Amino acid sequence: MAERRVKLKIRRQNGPGQASYWQDFDIPYEAQMNVISCLQRIAEIGRTARGEKVAPVAWECSCLEEVCGACTMIINGRVRQSCTALVDRLTKEEGEVIRLEPMTKFPVVRDLIVDRSRMFADLTKVKAWNPVDGYYDLGHPAPVSPEEQEIGYPLSRCMTCGCCLEACPQVSEPSGFIGPAAINQVALHNTHPTSKAIASQRLEVLMGPGGLSSCGNAQNCVKVCPKEIPLTESIARTGRAITTYACRKFFDR
Amino acid sequence: MAKQRVVVVGGGLAGLAATMKLAEFGIPVELLSLVPVKRSHSVCAQGGINAVNHVTRALGDSEYKHFDDTVYGGAFLQHQPPVKEMCDWGERICDLMDRIGVMFNRTPEGHRDLRRFGGTLHKRTAFAGATTGQQLLYALDEQVRRWTAEGTVTLYEPWEFLGPVIDDRGYCRGVVAQDLHSMEMRAFRADAVVLATGGCGAVFGKSTNSILCTGAAGTRAFKAGARYANPEFIQVHPTAIPGADKDRLMSESARGEGGRVWVPRKPGDTRNPRDIPASERWYFLEERYPQYGNLVPRDIATREIFDVCVNLGLSVVQGAYCVYLDVTELPPTSLKKLGGIIEIYEKFQGVDPRVEPMRIFPSVHYTMGGLWCDYHKNDRTGGLTQASPRNHMTNIRGLFAIGEADYQYHGANRLGANSLLSCIFSGLLVAPGIDTWLHNLPAGSAADLPASLFDTAAAEHKTQENRLRNSRGPENPYTLHRELGQTMTASCTVVRYNRTIEQTLAKIDELNHRYQHLELSDDSQWTNQSLSFARALGDMLVLAQVIARSALLRDESRGSHFKPDCLIPPPKSDDPDEIHTEARRWCEAFRRQNDQWLKTTIATYRPGGTTLSYEAVDTSLIPPRPRTYGLVGAEVIEQMWRTMQQEQDKPSARAHDAK
Repeated sequence: MAERRVKLKIRRQNGPGQASYWQDFDIPYEAQMNVISCLQRIAEIGRTARGEKVAPVAWECSCLEEVCGACTMIINGRVRQSCTALVDRLTKEEGEVIRLEPMTKFPVVRDLIVDRSRMFADLTKVKAWNPVDGYYDLGHPAPVSPEEQEIGYPLSRCMTCGCCLEACPQVSEPSGFIGPAAINQVALHNTHPTSKAIASQRLEVLMGPGGLSSCGNAQNCVKVCPKEIPLTESIARTGRAITTYACRKFFDR
Repeated sequence: MAKQRVVVVGGGLAGLAATMKLAEFGIPVELLSLVPVKRSHSVCAQGGINAVNHVTRALGDSEYKHFDDTVYGGAFLQHQPPVKEMCDWGERICDLMDRIGVMFNRTPEGHRDLRRFGGTLHKRTAFAGATTGQQLLYALDEQVRRWTAEGTVTLYEPWEFLGPVIDDRGYCRGVVAQDLHSMEMRAFRADAVVLATGGCGAVFGKSTNSILCTGAAGTRAFKAGARYANPEFIQVHPTAIPGADKDRLMSESARGEGGRVWVPRKPGDTRNPRDIPASERWYFLEERYPQYGNLVPRDIATREIFDVCVNLGLSVVQGAYCVYLDVTELPPTSLKKLGGIIEIYEKFQGVDPRVEPMRIFPSVHYTMGGLWCDYHKNDRTGGLTQASPRNHMTNIRGLFAIGEADYQYHGANRLGANSLLSCIFSGLLVAPGIDTWLHNLPAGSAADLPASLFDTAAAEHKTQENRLRNSRGPENPYTLHRELGQTMTASCTVVRYNRTIEQTLAKIDELNHRYQHLELSDDSQWTNQSLSFARALGDMLVLAQVIARSALLRDESRGSHFKPDCLIPPPKSDDPDEIHTEARRWCEAFRRQNDQWLKTTIATYRPGGTTLSYEAVDTSLIPPRPRTYGLVGAEVIEQMWRTMQQEQDKPSARAHDAK
């Protein structure tokens, strides 16, 4: 019986701004393979399906268990984490050849690696941190109710992977839309008993250009979020908060 | 004098805690990380963070008991003052993390909820679902972002640490590092350098660690003269799920919430576990350790799994160490608290643990050993002197090591949920000491030093890189790494025999030789991952040899270092007088073992080969005692030990017995 093989088609690019090109790979199958182990095998073998010697495909990964957000890429046309993309399921449900591409909403660095620094810059823009008094021992903190924790914990699992920005039709150069992830962080911090001290500053940012009003309600974000964060709820709640805040501000003049 | 600055290498819990505290002091920090800091390996920690709290105190717990649990769990190999200080700070650290916004699970009144964890009888562990490391890390990441926005901290991601810069007086004055995208190499001047670079699971091939946990950074400091301590102490976590690319951790919190470990009583029972009735299941940890049950410390759990699978042939997967971890009987509230890990099992195994018991295997998980570092004992409290630069300084002046990269807190075996504590504690502890260091620096600021020191250091690393780029031969770094992992896993994990370790040392020699004939398949000058990997492989080979040689030389069993050939034979006679004599002999052998081996292994790098030596351990606060954890059948040892302690305190009593 022929040894089972795994076929991949990968869109490569040698550097920023350079032309992209496809390469085919054909590697031996192993039990419980995921896309990460395919890329590891490709690095070890160092040849395309036609036997041509090539540099290993460059890609980002770290935890391999879907908590770090590093390994986002487009697999068979869908944005997802590559560590949880199991070969058995992909070949059974989506076809014999596995297609890998880098995300399109971020500049390519090399092959499957893209530059997601704008997401971290966005977290700075919306001041997604608790403005505590400092790190000296200030005694027991204010209690947080179980209800507040049950709302906050799912939102706190955002690993800045970029799936939601990739899937969102409103995220583009012209629109400058900040995207679901940063809005979700505002929702998280604005419900925390002490972090909400600067809630209005965060809302002001989201009322500016590229802010929350650019959300078109496509709801692609919730479909692709690997942590199933209720992003549209975060966006809706924050939208309501902006409306209330804007009215209050208007009447406070 | 120009402004002094600090370089922190590594943005996990320890590195970020140090950075935010240094920033609070107004000290500029340059933080280097292989990945955006919130992707650091700390993000993988699942179960929780330990601290004595109001609930446990009401039940008779104390910081002293946490301290005792930790050194007992570590088989007394830790210096005790740093551990005492850490336990004393536990609650304040959890309060701080709570205050900065970590989404801990809550009680109805809004306090942090608690769970039980391994190696203790108290519920000390605060948690955020089953992803606690992630929430802690993200909260620290947010604080550091605040300081970055304000200008005190500058992030360098993805940059790789290549080595320290050391001046002719032996002071560390900075680092050489490389931008992993542009491959630009440069020196960073600094008046103190903190290495918070984690553990070395990648040396073993597959582990629960992230890909970037190679131990290369610590090894580079080691090669530059920093001593390495207790390298042979590698924790093998009892419950993980193996995959093609890594072993995925199934947190101890599954057991903390009531999950039970079992095997079918009948060897080779091929029935679906759901069809095996309770009477035909052997809950071996519960039976052997009635007090601690499924929450015995990890080294003990792993060894019991080994014994059950290998010696008794009861593994549920042929040829592997595999047992069941069963959460099917847990109430929905407990299962909810385990959401994150249940998700991992479902995503990777395609099986719902709520319905069918999980199959778990031991896996390399944590590095107790690490760079040697100092501490400043406070003779009045028995803990540490705060704000002393001796805390966490390596033997290289101005170079500090914290977090999993140091060796300070866990001895021969780490208790679950103590690492999140030790990482944050060491980061917060080192910062005020560095502040003191900077104020008293004898040689001014690194910014004022001549450029030649830094240019020379950077040029040396460039030369080494070119040597690697120009290397020719048939060898492939990925293949060599795979072979390294296989040999290290075979001889230096759960069970160690000198003859197999010697085979591994021979294999490492062979791999070192083949490493000289590497050829990189990527000659790009841009984002060259195989270059970085091949360079780290060289460091992993050095570290692997240090680990294996230290394991070879330590002829005893202690904590995670288990040599069946070096076990003290347990008392087993049926005759009550005979068993007392056997127990006394056991205790005397235990004392002799401690006299010979209760010492820190110290590795010092020499180009021709590492030298190993041993250093005494400060056990002045809690004297070592046999580590039985209430094992059924071991009561006679505990009784005999108490008797012998009393005899020591009253020599006349022994003389009376002998008559």
